[in-house]
Amino acid sequence: MSRIVIDPVTRAGGQLRVEAEVLGGAVTEAWLSATSFRGLESVVRGRAARDAWLVAQRVCGAATGVHALASVRAVENALGVDIPKNARLVRNILAATTLVQEHVVNFYLRELINWADPVAALTADPAATSTLARSITDWPNSDSSWYAAARDRLTALVRPGAGGPLGGAWSGHPAYRLSPEFGLMLYGHYLEALDWQRQLVRVRTILGGKSPHPQTYLVGGMAIAAEWGGPPVPPRGEHPSTRHSPPPLSQQALADMNMLLTNAARFINEAFVPDALTVAAHYPEWQRLGGGIGHYLSFGEFPVSDSFAGQLLLARGRVMDRDFANPRAIDQGSVAEAVDHAWYDYDATPDALVHPALGQTRPRYAGPALPYSSLGGLDKYSWIKAPRYADDPMETGALARMLVAYGAGNSFVRNAVDGVAFKLDAGMDSLFSTIGRTVARALEAQIVMARTTEYLRELVANLAQGDLALVNLEGWDMARWPSQASGFGLAEGPGGAVGHWLTIRDGRIADYQIVDGSTWNGSPRDNRGRPGACEQALVGTPVADPNRPLELLRTVHSFALCSACAVH
Amino acid sequence: MALVRHGVSRRTFLKFSAAIAATLALPMSYAPRIAAAVENAPRVPLIWLRGLACGGDSQAFLQSTNPTVGELLIGALSLDYDEAFMAAAGADATGTLTGLRARFPEGYIAVVEGSVPTADGGAHATLGGRPMRDVISEVCAGAIGTIAVGSCAFDGGVAAAAGGLTGAVGVGRVINTPHLVALPGCPVNGDNLAATLVHYLTLREFPPTDGLGRPFFAYGGLIHNQCERRAHFEFGEFVQSWGDEASQKGWCLYKMGCKGPQTFANCPTQQYAESSSWNVLAGHGCIGCTMPGFWDGMGGAYQRLPAPLPFLPDVSADAIGLALTGGVAGLAVVHGAASTVRQWRVRRTKKPTPDTTEMTEMTDTTDTTEAAEVTPTAAIETTESAVPAEPLGELEGRPTVDEVWVAEQPLSEPEPVDEEPDL
Repeated sequence: MSRIVIDPVTRAGGQLRVEAEVLGGAVTEAWLSATSFRGLESVVRGRAARDAWLVAQRVCGAATGVHALASVRAVENALGVDIPKNARLVRNILAATTLVQEHVVNFYLRELINWADPVAALTADPAATSTLARSITDWPNSDSSWYAAARDRLTALVRPGAGGPLGGAWSGHPAYRLSPEFGLMLYGHYLEALDWQRQLVRVRTILGGKSPHPQTYLVGGMAIAAEWGGPPVPPRGEHPSTRHSPPPLSQQALADMNMLLTNAARFINEAFVPDALTVAAHYPEWQRLGGGIGHYLSFGEFPVSDSFAGQLLLARGRVMDRDFANPRAIDQGSVAEAVDHAWYDYDATPDALVHPALGQTRPRYAGPALPYSSLGGLDKYSWIKAPRYADDPMETGALARMLVAYGAGNSFVRNAVDGVAFKLDAGMDSLFSTIGRTVARALEAQIVMARTTEYLRELVANLAQGDLALVNLEGWDMARWPSQASGFGLAEGPGGAVGHWLTIRDGRIADYQIVDGSTWNGSPRDNRGRPGACEQALVGTPVADPNRPLELLRTVHSFALCSACAVH
Repeated sequence: MALVRHGVSRRTFLKFSAAIAATLALPMSYAPRIAAAVENAPRVPLIWLRGLACGGDSQAFLQSTNPTVGELLIGALSLDYDEAFMAAAGADATGTLTGLRARFPEGYIAVVEGSVPTADGGAHATLGGRPMRDVISEVCAGAIGTIAVGSCAFDGGVAAAAGGLTGAVGVGRVINTPHLVALPGCPVNGDNLAATLVHYLTLREFPPTDGLGRPFFAYGGLIHNQCERRAHFEFGEFVQSWGDEASQKGWCLYKMGCKGPQTFANCPTQQYAESSSWNVLAGHGCIGCTMPGFWDGMGGAYQRLPAPLPFLPDVSADAIGLALTGGVAGLAVVHGAASTVRQWRVRRTKKPTPDTTEMTEMTDTTDTTEAAEVTPTAAIETTESAVPAEPLGELEGRPTVDEVWVAEQPLSEPEPVDEEPDL
């Protein structure tokens, strides 16, 4: 028995540590620890409830906007305010572009290094790579001169031995299996993804003012305004700057966004999805490894009606014991968190599961004195709390959303999932795995990307009909608020199910609790000692070389974990 | 390390050189020099560290334009350590942080994203079992210079705001270097970071900064003075209520709580994501995120600033906004140029304007304002002699959440009276 420590787990959105016991070349037990804590729930408290989303949003700068969305939904829920159709569509576009962009970034910038050896890719033959790529995809940048140039650019990022960011990979590791040509094709798309993502960032910047941290949410809708009575009114008088970009809902901006979304979709369809399937096809054993606990939770996302409780594109629900044919309904009241193995105290009931509406954030570090080399044998070992649904640990994220939506009969999801199962010549069971999460993200990106252009079309049509409302001011005047109100806001981010619970007293936040998708997936053990989703998924992971535990990273990154989100 | 050799077209390359000169407010004649530096200079190693961070500044860097991160990394920089990006993990990653000076005899630049927690012996952020604070101070001590990206690295940011539990501080408080450039913003504008790096590549020095380490090219002017809605402010044309006609016409957001009149940044001119937009253009007020202690010191996001500010064309950089935000007045570092403050013209209305006032009436009442001559306060006239010895210090005096919120923001937020400001 030997103990493996990876600290930091890089490419994981913050400080993350993994410790694992290995016996006979496989992991027998694993512990996941987030090693930083910011205390944002405590910072939100005391602020005006209308401002809460601005602080709550700072939970994550990668899955950006998701926490703003959950936060305004929570206040709207507390006040019983529905939002106008235009605001709902704008919020959907903001959330969808974040989801798709993060899925792409997770695959190329975080996961790919675990599957394709960047150093080996430098030895690829560009002509052979071109032939290979063309047999897989119609993506235009596929000729041999393009791949020759891509190999040059990749060389600048790898620079083996000289410290390039990709040069420190565990090159030559026996678990790498893709040929250099496959590698060059994938890393060529890695380089393209760096540029590609800016198209979606531009869409979010038009609608949100900036990204990360778009700044146009309001309790009751959105602060962006439809242009009134025709063309923009030119600024009057002397003016130090010229307006060089169109306002968010002008004809020009709407046309720009349509073009950007359409172009962005092409990369998803012709690069991301084929690339994810390429990796899946070359690692069939990873279609069985890393399945984990087999319980999946989705809060659902992309409302298709304007009421908070209305219908969703991706259904709300849970799948227990991999029984995806029979998803069950959920109720946020069954969510609770334990801190038995996290560096917090609960006031009254130290070893209980506490619903977030009653939750507390009282940090009390109980780890080893710094510096330390191991967390082994400690009761408390992480800054992540342990959320449970009806007492059970759950996995959240794209795979959970796809499974719940599949079970709920979503035709987009059914077609996509069945198509992939056919292509890979694999059953649905292969989704319950490390590679299943990666494939689920690719499929979800494709489905959501297509819906995003539809949301934009709906928005344009609705504006054209003369509905210019973007905010419902029923809940804006704090003088008319009840002296006390409680609410919750649910959302789905790239990393999984996000919930915000709050109590408002005299217009201010009295209590605030956040449970992120990465809190579920990165959870430590709970009050009954049961591991979280990622910890459980790591059990059974083969380890060929304990000094280079590449295989562990595959499963950890398959959860698209964000340590900063998980703790907040 | 020619970019052109790596598949970036000559035309794109020259375009970016010109754009970067414009961002940095350098004469266009610098463009060829920038091009030559980025193309031919030896790579500059970059060590990117994270304290308590949301990752937003890394994202902003990844999404920067002019130049893009791809162009920078492939052509001119060497990102030797960045947990968000690097292939290595575990001890293989942290191992590269030791012996940096020996490895890079020509020097390296440290970038810090996020705040540094000091409570509980640093247990609120550790790397490889060590306090992040130690890692940051070691790496920065050996660097040519340190760039603090984002508001958290600047002054502790959101983790240091009222209610914070971690004892978070800005990186300037835990490292000892004269070469600290601060790029606050939540998150940093990636273009400003790219421009700062290119400035170093071109001239082998960081751009000139104010007393808080903020480069003048990006933080030298008030948002209010660069805003495309500014003319509406002058004409008394204000958004009165979200979604009203005025908001659809793009009128001034001052009454909706915009902090542009007290915030120094180049958001209106540089904008974000290839100049696609910025917050005020999109329709929501500025929240002052480039200013020290902005989470607590500038009032609620929808709370109107204490007094409508008149046009202050010559007030530069780091002076006035803070002097007006009582809670952090101690931070005001006043640059010499501030002494050129002109006499203020202040608008005064005779009676409060209720929220329900029709737009036309509102315009009328505002147009009847009479100008009053007000002498700027002593704080505003302070000159360079007032620069504190410890530029990034004095954060402890920040008001508590109760002081700020209970004292300043009445529950119903009645329409403030536009009377003569008590300067």
